[in-house]
Amino acid sequence: MAESLRDIKRKAQAVEKTKQITKAMNMVAASRLKAAQTRMENFRPYAGKVMEVLNSLAPQMKDSTNPLLAVREPRRIRLILMTSDKGLCGGFNNNVMKTVEGFIKRHREEGKEVSLIAVGKKGRDYFRRKESIQASYIDALAKFTMDLAVQIGADVIGPFENEEYDELYVAYNEFRNIASQRPKIVRLLPLVADDLSEVNVFGDYIYEPSEEVLFAQIVPMYVRVQIFNGLLETSAGEHGARMVAMENATSSCAEMIESLTLKFNKARQAAITAELMDIVGGTEALAKSS
Amino acid sequence: MADELLLEIVTPEEMVFSNNVEDVNIPGEEGAFGVLIGHAPLLSAVRPGGLHYTRDGKETHHAVGEGYAEVTNQRVIVLVETCERSDRIDAVKAREQKEAAEARLASLDKDDKEFEKVKAELNMAEIRLKVSEKT
Repeated sequence: MAESLRDIKRKAQAVEKTKQITKAMNMVAASRLKAAQTRMENFRPYAGKVMEVLNSLAPQMKDSTNPLLAVREPRRIRLILMTSDKGLCGGFNNNVMKTVEGFIKRHREEGKEVSLIAVGKKGRDYFRRKESIQASYIDALAKFTMDLAVQIGADVIGPFENEEYDELYVAYNEFRNIASQRPKIVRLLPLVADDLSEVNVFGDYIYEPSEEVLFAQIVPMYVRVQIFNGLLETSAGEHGARMVAMENATSSCAEMIESLTLKFNKARQAAITAELMDIVGGTEALAKSS
Repeated sequence: MADELLLEIVTPEEMVFSNNVEDVNIPGEEGAFGVLIGHAPLLSAVRPGGLHYTRDGKETHHAVGEGYAEVTNQRVIVLVETCERSDRIDAVKAREQKEAAEARLASLDKDDKEFEKVKAELNMAEIRLKVSEKT
């Protein structure tokens, strides 16, 4: 049986309400994205400078005894997984989680242990039952500062120095543009010279205190910079993905409303026609009987 | 003055300051040091402390976190994880933080993981408090 007129109308109204919500979410995401992009812009000079100094110290690395440079056989791997806390952002979280799942599988097949540190509720919930999660940071991304990167950094640097694990990776969505985020896994520790370009931009500087001490300070800074960068990219990516998802939802709603309106008009016309037929039939019958 | 020192203070969040100054005093790893124009190229670690510079004969103070400073002939770049200007620091809040950190430190064991962290927090709160008193 065809739906009644009232049912169709109610449905159309419900979709209209959904559309209003998705549209509002789209706009909120757009403004948050803008803020997140500004932060990324502001971070760039700092990150660039830290890398520059690190690069300039790279020649020192060969004979450095810094524990963060210690290359051990990678038997135990730790991975920082960055996802969003909230959903409704398309495949944003799934993409990076699938990539991480593949990563874990690959390393497990090689007989390595993998443990996780989860930033963001989605990643934690997904891996909670399957993997060992060492630490998690939930609802931290909504409003974060460098402090968060410092905290996470403290969580990973100490255990690495104590040889609780051998390699540290970070996984997040790289923010390329609003419509495109690509899952990325980067190794943070141990830091090896190959990760750096050996251009000594500084030449003959006075190093204070010594190059070695400076080095010991810059490597943790590098780790924090990388973590903060991941957080920024994740946050910008989340808002970008949500913006796109909500835009799609809004246009789907509009389409649905259109087709429901058409259906409603058709049904109404059918009802009118049927009624007219009744009236015509009735008058004809009356005319015949008189 | 045509030949002034360009000072740039950069944090992960923003470029805090970028302008010509007459001199700058930086809390280095091996003690505070002053920089005037024509300083020899230097790369130094910065530890949490008070940084101040003079511009138009006026001193401005900042509380800075960990980082490093790069000095070239005419330019000083200070990269720190946090930086607050003295007049933007809430002294009341800084005192509260200091007292909270002190209380926590007293309750912690020296071998505790948290000990160093809280000690760093206390240090930063003390610095902020001290800097906030300077204007």
